Amino acid sequence: MAGHSTYVPKTGFTRWLDARLPILRFANDTMTTFPTPRNLNFWYSFGGILTFMLGIQIVTGIVLAMHYVPSADKAFDSVESIMRDVNYGWLLRYMHSNGASFFFLAVYLHIFRGLYYGSYKAPREILWIIGVLIYVLMIATAFLGYTLPWGQMSFWAATVITNLFSSIDQILPHAGTAITEWLWGGFAVGDPTLNRFFSLHYLLPFVIAGLVVLHIWALHVPGNNNPLGIDVKGPQDTVPFHPYYTAKDLFYLLLFVILYAVVVFYLPNALVEPDNYVPANPLVTPPEIVPEWYLLPFYAMLRSIPQKLIGVIVLFGALITLVFVPWLDTSRVRSMRFRPLAKQFFWALVVDCVLLGYLGAHRPDAVFPGTSIPMLPFARLGTAYYYAYFWLVLPLLGLIETPKPLPATIATSVTGTGVEQVNAPAE
Amino acid sequence: MRFARLALALGMMLGAGAAHAKIDTDPLPPKKPGWSFDGPFGMYDRAALQRGFQVYKEVCSACHSLNRVSFAAMSSGDGGHGFFTGPEVKAIAAGYKIPAGPNDKGETTDANGTPLTRPGIVADHFPPPFPNEQAARTANNGALPPDLSVITKARAGGADYVYSILTGFHEKPPAGFTVLPGKYFNPYFNGWNISMPPPLSPNQVTYADKTNATVDQMAHDVVTFLSWAAEPTLEDRHRIGFGVMLFLLAFAGLAYLSYRRIWADIH
Ligand code: HEC
Ligand code: HEM
Repeated sequence: MAGHSTYVPKTGFTRWLDARLPILRFANDTMTTFPTPRNLNFWYSFGGILTFMLGIQIVTGIVLAMHYVPSADKAFDSVESIMRDVNYGWLLRYMHSNGASFFFLAVYLHIFRGLYYGSYKAPREILWIIGVLIYVLMIATAFLGYTLPWGQMSFWAATVITNLFSSIDQILPHAGTAITEWLWGGFAVGDPTLNRFFSLHYLLPFVIAGLVVLHIWALHVPGNNNPLGIDVKGPQDTVPFHPYYTAKDLFYLLLFVILYAVVVFYLPNALVEPDNYVPANPLVTPPEIVPEWYLLPFYAMLRSIPQKLIGVIVLFGALITLVFVPWLDTSRVRSMRFRPLAKQFFWALVVDCVLLGYLGAHRPDAVFPGTSIPMLPFARLGTAYYYAYFWLVLPLLGLIETPKPLPATIATSVTGTGVEQVNAPAE
Repeated sequence: MRFARLALALGMMLGAGAAHAKIDTDPLPPKKPGWSFDGPFGMYDRAALQRGFQVYKEVCSACHSLNRVSFAAMSSGDGGHGFFTGPEVKAIAAGYKIPAGPNDKGETTDANGTPLTRPGIVADHFPPPFPNEQAARTANNGALPPDLSVITKARAGGADYVYSILTGFHEKPPAGFTVLPGKYFNPYFNGWNISMPPPLSPNQVTYADKTNATVDQMAHDVVTFLSWAAEPTLEDRHRIGFGVMLFLLAFAGLAYLSYRRIWADIH
């Protein structure tokens, strides 16, 4: 797919340009004629949606930054004045704060899509790892952004997360504290912390944008995976990206944007902790310190472990685990459609992550409402299952599971003759 | 099912017997009186805003600041989001004394030692009742009356919660519950002991529009005003949101048709 350029410059100027900077050829080959499997479904539209949301965050963020003041005394007031005095400031801010949530919603669906269709397997390992890097940077960016309004949750989330590094003291005495104070720029979260967090929050989205370019480059070398997980065998299996997928992606993007607009215009504070409308106060610890919903599963893992350093290792390990998935999954079949056992463990993982998200919003000593069943054991089980899925289930299942027969080609499957085909050639 | 029970048993073994005592002073769920600004088409009730402003001014402002709200915000002129005319707002602002020191001689007080002030202008914000936190606490038995600018967004339950606090004082404490000295019983407040004395009593204000000033009425009005103070742009948001939804739905409909049309020759 790479290297098969079909671009023919038509005017004198484009021929001249093509001989010097073949940027139109590049655009044509990657966004217009790019041969794309003809069977991509709804779950494949989230890449485009994610790019769109990154654009929304950058554009609204740059305008917010023109009015925002990164100082402990003025940050809260400046956000309030954005909401009241800046023309359409409320719209910018609600698009940005809820945009982060929808960005994460899209990235989670995108990641689970990849896990289900085995998109991380050869030859797409690098593509997957770049995706994991983007996700980690998104987490960092969102955490930094959450501190900027300088409400109670902003301040205390910054305190709790930076304090994680002090757990290093348990193996290297004083080193953890030193790192934490270096991050703070002082002896507590304060003005210097807010200033550097703002600077980094402004920087990281552009690093993400750079990684997105690499991600798409790494996609266009092997081409898209697809719901069948089998390779493209010839032109009958593909359609040009434009107009087929531009039209399809646009429709799904609009559905997503409708959902986003409902929240921005009608429920703009539904996903916000009310405590973040209370200005930061270092002397008053809020009864509950919780991150935003998209980080709750990790928070549940952290809090389910009584030993702080181990908790921190488990938290970061959960992210690092994702890097190894291409080699942990030993099955030769990509798509879970043909893996009856793996499919069940996959859905258990989805339920597990949702459950961890629910548990993460409650104190470790909480009980399920209306019962006396403690939550802590479930948070531990959930954490254990998350690790088990990647480090035990995926490696072992590939060895013992008998996959269903694969269709011969994408084309035969789409035209309704291939899926049940018994004498499919082995991959 | 068997799996669930197994998971439960396993869970019990893993959990280090998380003992817990049920706190019986959890706040009651807030009342839901209904608001004109609820729902996707909700708008503020102008008359209620004017009455609510009066309640804030005559009652709550003795203890609570409203730091983030300017007088100008109450004006409906010049594309404002308010509920008074420009001249009315000017007159309201002029009725407030704004700290004005130092003057051009560097003095911060007049000959009698009173701090210098000037009449408010529309660009001013509501002046706070106390010069600093310590003064506010001293006047309130050690408790700090919070700023009310975003109070309906700063509490779970929002407007319903604030309304419930204001109307929740008359209830009798249950047997066995002690109201702490200097505190008041309010079952909608976490812990049930609140440091705010019941702020509203019947006919505490005299409404210009002759509305009967019951506690419920005043509470409903002042909470409407505070909701506006927290989110003065809500009406714009609802109005623009409606247009955006119509546009997106139409656009999505067209996008769907073109998607089907383009793919028609493939299947
Ligand atoms: C005499 C002084 C005083 C007056 C008048 C007063 N308050 Fe308060 N208010 C307080 C104090 C003190 C607190 C702090 C209570 C506490 O933390 O226990 C408070 C707390 C509150 C709270 C926050 C409750 C919470 O969840 O933390 C709200 C809302 C409130 N007042 C609204 C009002 C409104 C509306 C009015 C006018 C109708 C009003 N108050 C009049 C003194 C007053
Ligand atoms: C990866 C993309 C981004 C994510 C996930 C993200 C996330 C967030 C989050 C969660 C907040 C707190 C929201 C709130 O409560 O207000 C925030 C605030 C903020 N962000 Fe971003 N952001 C991104 C990109 C950007 C960019 C590119 C800029 C500027 C160039 C920016 C500037 C700001 C500013 C100024 C604030 C504070 C104002 C406010 O609180 O609304 N952001 N961001």
